[in-house]
Amino acid sequence: MFSHYLLLALRSLKRNVLLTALMIAAIGVGIGASMTTLTVFRAMGADPIPQKSAELYAVQIDNWGPGKRAHPSSDNLESMLSYIDAVGLVNARAAQRQTAMYVTGMALTPAGSQLKPFMVRARATYTDFFPMFDVPFRYGSAWPAADDAAHADVVVITRKLNNKLFGGIDSVGKTLNLDDRAYRIVGVLDSWNLLPRFYDIQGRGAKFSEGEDLYVPFTRAIDGAMRGLGGMRCKEEVSGWEGILRSECIWTAFWVELPDAAAVDRYRRFLSGYASEQRRSGRFHWPAHTQLRDVRQWLAYQHVVSDEVRILVLVSFSFLFVCLMNAAGLMLAKIVGRAAEIGVRRALGANRGAIFVQCLIEAGVIGLAGGLAGLALTALGLAGLRSVLSESMVDLTRTDLLDVVIAVVLAIVATVLAGLYPTWRATQVQPAWALKSQ
Amino acid sequence: MQLHPILTALRRNKVGAIVICVQMAITLAILCNALFIIEQRLASSARPTGTVEAELFAIDNEWVGAATDLPARARADIAALRSLPDVADAYSTASYPLENGGWLQGVAIKPNQDDETAQATTYFGDEHMLPTLGLKLVAGRNFNAVDIGEHTSNEAPVYPGIIVTRALADKLFPDGSALGRSVYIESPDRGMPIVGIVDRLAAPWTRIEAADVYENSVIEPFRYADKAGSYMVRAKPHRLAAAMQAAQVKLDEVNGARVLSKVRSFAQLRATAYRDDRGLAIILGVVCAALVAVTAFGIVGLTSYWVAQRRRQIGIRRALGATRSAIVRYFQIENLLIAGVSAGLGAGLAVSINLWMVQGFAMTRLSPGYVLAGAVLVLLLGQVSVLWPALRAASIAPALATRGA
Repeated sequence: MFSHYLLLALRSLKRNVLLTALMIAAIGVGIGASMTTLTVFRAMGADPIPQKSAELYAVQIDNWGPGKRAHPSSDNLESMLSYIDAVGLVNARAAQRQTAMYVTGMALTPAGSQLKPFMVRARATYTDFFPMFDVPFRYGSAWPAADDAAHADVVVITRKLNNKLFGGIDSVGKTLNLDDRAYRIVGVLDSWNLLPRFYDIQGRGAKFSEGEDLYVPFTRAIDGAMRGLGGMRCKEEVSGWEGILRSECIWTAFWVELPDAAAVDRYRRFLSGYASEQRRSGRFHWPAHTQLRDVRQWLAYQHVVSDEVRILVLVSFSFLFVCLMNAAGLMLAKIVGRAAEIGVRRALGANRGAIFVQCLIEAGVIGLAGGLAGLALTALGLAGLRSVLSESMVDLTRTDLLDVVIAVVLAIVATVLAGLYPTWRATQVQPAWALKSQ
Repeated sequence: MQLHPILTALRRNKVGAIVICVQMAITLAILCNALFIIEQRLASSARPTGTVEAELFAIDNEWVGAATDLPARARADIAALRSLPDVADAYSTASYPLENGGWLQGVAIKPNQDDETAQATTYFGDEHMLPTLGLKLVAGRNFNAVDIGEHTSNEAPVYPGIIVTRALADKLFPDGSALGRSVYIESPDRGMPIVGIVDRLAAPWTRIEAADVYENSVIEPFRYADKAGSYMVRAKPHRLAAAMQAAQVKLDEVNGARVLSKVRSFAQLRATAYRDDRGLAIILGVVCAALVAVTAFGIVGLTSYWVAQRRRQIGIRRALGATRSAIVRYFQIENLLIAGVSAGLGAGLAVSINLWMVQGFAMTRLSPGYVLAGAVLVLLLGQVSVLWPALRAASIAPALATRGA
């Protein structure tokens, strides 16, 4: 029966090519526009580390207290910590794994090659960073915890930097000249790029831009007075590196790994206790105010999906709605024009259900064709986006299989929904009247 | 022409009319808001920085290794840059307009004030900063060579006075008395007198969210000398490309232990800074065009169908003496009625969408002009789209009435 209806649908669509083309084009354009923006929206809001997003938590501590803020936030908490708190929490070791970190710049002088010195982005972190964020290694491994304590001159480099400097060979054990100091390479990462870069909170662009080139122990970076690239916010005047380390200026990120609810509870209590302790010691003059957010909560809190993309999604889905209204209107026109034919079928014994199914299948065929046209337009739209948006957004314009499935299913479902009313109208055709008016 | 027969016909064709009406209303609502956003973004990306952009470029410099003589190095670099034949002037600083990175600080007008009066960016520069950037001094004076201190990351800044922009001066002292008054920036109890006011100097942040501090800038009299810093260079007229080339070669000659990570003209900086705004405007423009096209085709399609459905009636009307133009006018008025209702609905929808976006996004109130323009546009769109089917209707022969279906 289904194949018979399908044949009828195709025949009916062929009868009025212009109307059919108009409907398919309307749906195709609508699907193309909405899928283009939805792809970017999904990529921006995606969970970058689904296997662990519920175990990784960003830590916030209110070390400024109530009062004036340069950038008021909804909960009066800042996204970064002071050095005092970062070190305090690392040394407390109250979580299974924890790391303080910040991004800095270093000048790399390639050994004995024609390459000129160039700047690299370095993440100053603790060795726990690598297992916490499931960072894959190609050669070597993370530095041992002892190197954190020893403020050792070691680095882990990315695959990309390894390719650039050493042509991709196993470079573990070689040394790198960074800011006129020799660092020993202990590990080379495999390809690794989490988007959005949730652990990097500094600056809006950083969430999607290219990541760091190498990793150094946090303790070494502090010894080397390496300044953060991501900006520092202060409430009071500070001078010199020592001054920064002693100040309440905020500039480091802090993440912990907590495997289960009990651990989260324990850590929450520990954090409150820590802040209360700071109050007792006279550093804070306000009740403990701390927060733990897992990856998904953190992404929502940081508004990773930009206003631009939200606006585009809204506009394009309204556009899709207009396209569907359009298709519905055209279908209506078509079905009313076929009243006579439907009357004949009804008179020959087809019941309302049969007419209903037949018209819906016709709508579904249009939806499928529109969906396929929409896919082609989505590819075109994404190519267009790549050419007008900044590089940091380009990684968000890749489609996956799910996007394709969403596009086709959305097109069919939406078109069938739009076709419901015209279809219902078709079933209301009175055979006697329709035949009489012939 | 009487409206009565049109209304009666519409009542018998309710759903078709509603479909067109809703389509046009949504089109109007989206169009108003999208055009408003486009205008906003384009206006934002065309904001002047107050500098002579055509002649300026910025060099981001980073020293390799730990240097102990940073102020001397910065002085040597600046002297070398100023000596180049294609260079008009230069100074060293930490941040510059269009860079999208810099220092934002609270500025108060009284000592130990609880809430700051305004927020402003802090720029560093010596007495060459104003001539380099081509800033226009509207009150007071430029810095003197003796005012200038060395600003390294390890030195606490102490300075005799500051220069502010007119926008900031007016915000701090609305009565116009800013010159000579003291403001409190880094330190709550040490006032800094305003010694000069410049017409305009943009803050480094170009995003629309930071629009409220865009013209709030403070200049502190320092030669910036840090491991990572920037040189602002003004080329002689029409010598920008040559100056950019020569400057890099010269700096490498002076001292090779450095990385010139970025050397960008202001034109490049502007293009980079506003790329996403421009992108959004382009995408919205394309979507708007597609939306208008789809709506127009929808109207054409449905009206054509109505014409086909009413061939007999139209033939009868023609046979009874209606002129061709009367038939065309019938469909035009019919569309005008539908479009009029959608214009009303769409205007309401447009304003509600805008009000909702004002709350959730960096967005300002939609000006009524946009709604009005959008409404007119939608009415015109309807008239243009209905023309072709209406003309086809007018070409129906009166004889059709006598021939039966």
